[in-house]
Amino acid sequence: MTGFFQTAMRNRSFATGFVITAMVVLMAAVSFLWTPYDVTDLDISAKLKAPGWSHWFGTDHFGRDIFSMIMVGARNSIAVALVAVIIGVGIGVPVGCWASARGGLLDEALMRGNDVIFAFPALLSAVMITAIFGPGAINAIIAIGIFNIPVFARLARGAALSLWPRDFIMAARAAGKNKTRITIEHIVPNMANLLIVQATIAFALGIIQEAGLAYVGLGTQPPLPSWGKMLNEAQTMMSFAPHMAIIPGLAIVITVVGLNLLGDGLRDVLDPRLVRKRD
Amino acid sequence: MKTMKKLFAAALVTTALAPLVLAGQAIAAKTSLVMGMALEPPHLDPTAGAPAAIDEVVYANVFEGLTRIGSKGEVLPALAKSWEISADGKTYTFNLHHGVKFHDGSTFDAEDAKFSLDRARAEGSTNAQKALFAGIDSVTVKDANTLVVQLKTPAGNFLFNMGWGDAIMVAPETAEGNKVNPVGTGPFKFGSWVKGASVNLVKNGDYWGTPIALEKATFRFISDPAASLSAMLAGDVDAFANFPAPETMPQLRADPRFKVVIGSTEGETILSTNNTKPPFNDVRVRRAIAHALDRQAIIDGAMFGLGTPIGTHFAPHHPAYVNLVDQYPMDLEAAKKLLADAGHPNGFKATLKLPPPTYARRGGEIVAAQLRKIGIDLEIIPVEWGVWVPEVFKAKDYDLTIVSHTEPMDIGIYSRDAYYFNYSSDAFNATIAKLNETTGEAERYALMAQAQKIISQDAVNGFMFQFAKAGVWNAKVNGLWENSPVQANDLTGVSWSD
Repeated sequence: MTGFFQTAMRNRSFATGFVITAMVVLMAAVSFLWTPYDVTDLDISAKLKAPGWSHWFGTDHFGRDIFSMIMVGARNSIAVALVAVIIGVGIGVPVGCWASARGGLLDEALMRGNDVIFAFPALLSAVMITAIFGPGAINAIIAIGIFNIPVFARLARGAALSLWPRDFIMAARAAGKNKTRITIEHIVPNMANLLIVQATIAFALGIIQEAGLAYVGLGTQPPLPSWGKMLNEAQTMMSFAPHMAIIPGLAIVITVVGLNLLGDGLRDVLDPRLVRKRD
Repeated sequence: MKTMKKLFAAALVTTALAPLVLAGQAIAAKTSLVMGMALEPPHLDPTAGAPAAIDEVVYANVFEGLTRIGSKGEVLPALAKSWEISADGKTYTFNLHHGVKFHDGSTFDAEDAKFSLDRARAEGSTNAQKALFAGIDSVTVKDANTLVVQLKTPAGNFLFNMGWGDAIMVAPETAEGNKVNPVGTGPFKFGSWVKGASVNLVKNGDYWGTPIALEKATFRFISDPAASLSAMLAGDVDAFANFPAPETMPQLRADPRFKVVIGSTEGETILSTNNTKPPFNDVRVRRAIAHALDRQAIIDGAMFGLGTPIGTHFAPHHPAYVNLVDQYPMDLEAAKKLLADAGHPNGFKATLKLPPPTYARRGGEIVAAQLRKIGIDLEIIPVEWGVWVPEVFKAKDYDLTIVSHTEPMDIGIYSRDAYYFNYSSDAFNATIAKLNETTGEAERYALMAQAQKIISQDAVNGFMFQFAKAGVWNAKVNGLWENSPVQANDLTGVSWSD
């Protein structure tokens, strides 16, 4: 594993992405133990301060410390996006594998079901789900997670279909292993690279979607801060407190770019064919 | 080649004339106005619903009553040009204007007036303010232009009550259709309603009274404060009677294109409390909340300083106002002690349902943070008006909510049976009953003061602040109201300079 990591760090986009992502994760982790100020504590008399020594990123219209809010917001974004990816992988991959292993009518049915979910723009459907079940972080996770399912189901099915006719699978079948065991022991490990790359991308998308839902008021609810809600609140104050919009905006951009670089780098590192081409 | 020359000449002439045509347009003052509103009315019949947005479109513009409320809160004659009050204060004889026509061409006379009042006070009436008519004993038509209203007891504010939007005059033939096609006697006729976007009014050429300057008025509904700001800056909207983003006032004030006028409203903005739901049924808990609220911080944080702290449900600019702000000074220790006495030494959990306006959403976050300091942990539940009205206002399914009560002189709501606060006090009800019968100003003010003190004593709701009217309009627009003594956007005196 150390060997792999050292090789990977030689890849420039992986290294950049990894550092950025690690920083964001670290910030989120530290926020559980310490933040410069309490994000639920309002100090109206200190409102709308520009970035400076006492408040690194300034304060918002309630006098909350924006740096602390970015830290706690990172925790939210990561938690929502991560669980949404886990839902997508946890349900999507078994569905895809099952469809490819059984084939026939079941395959058709599952994949058409996928198409139905795919047919809706993800954010729009997430808005619908949170509108029905009420706003909040949990419902945001479910909404985003549901739309990760078909992404992973398709990927897993496609990868599995290309693996089934391969010689080593044939050998396993000839040795008498059943389809479930083959899927678990041979198919899934052989598509792991693809899944990891896709998970990184889905993670980045999840962060954007969480911010989008929070922006329209359907994500994390106050008093907990979230990057999307910070952007929403900043809108009418851009002319006199631009830091309120710029800072959460940058937080989202940097995190998403970091994750995309990480995913890009991972693909290069994990797919030997691509690497050979580059060399 | 010849045609080319002709074309060229035509082009030249057109180009030369164009500035003249444009100049011609600029000389004549504009006769249309686009007014921005945050909330779209559910329908357009002020006699069949409480939402302020209905009156804000049709009051004085489309519909008129026997009297009307002026920009300073004074009672002015409207469809009744004059009136006589009998010596015992119980008989009102209204002399109606001659030659008044409804927008459908039918004549307005005393029969229509009788119909309107009887309809509003009837058993199955859907009028949102039936209390306004409760004192009426009988309505009789003396002749086509004379209406006699007999009251059960003398009522000091009867003429004011008749000026409310809920008391406007309607025609029997069209009354039922007023929700979608309002037919009144006003200087504007209903033009069209683009649901979700705007209501358009056009000038009523047959208007009986002083002709208006505007040919056309459009009410545009923009719920998002940021979009309101863009619309104002882009000139898509000429005026906002009440701009939804108070934080933008300095920016708009600095812009020479706009005039910013901060005025008063009748909006008592309160932390409404469900007085029968434990633990809020204990007055000590409600007083603890009152001690925990820092009103100035709420005004500064939510409204950027626009608003006046209140200690009771009464407008501070009213002469009978009693300043009770210091009855429960901000004192966290006193609040914690009251909570402990009430059996909640460690506080408790409750919900805070917040309707969409900025004052509620931002105010709610601040209130939640302030109450957290005494151990009351509020879960914030944002709701749309479409949910708030049936769930909170009608079904009373809530612990706490924040809303601005914009009706004028509405302290009487605390004596209503089954109003959504679920408050009931015999002492208060007796005071209001007496107030309704009293006509002398000094005695009325004394009773109003007593009523204010009772609800403050009982800490019925968390009294926060009087809503300020943040008016923003094009600097060339004249005649818009500075204050809003009633829920209205009276456009009858509006004109453009130039």
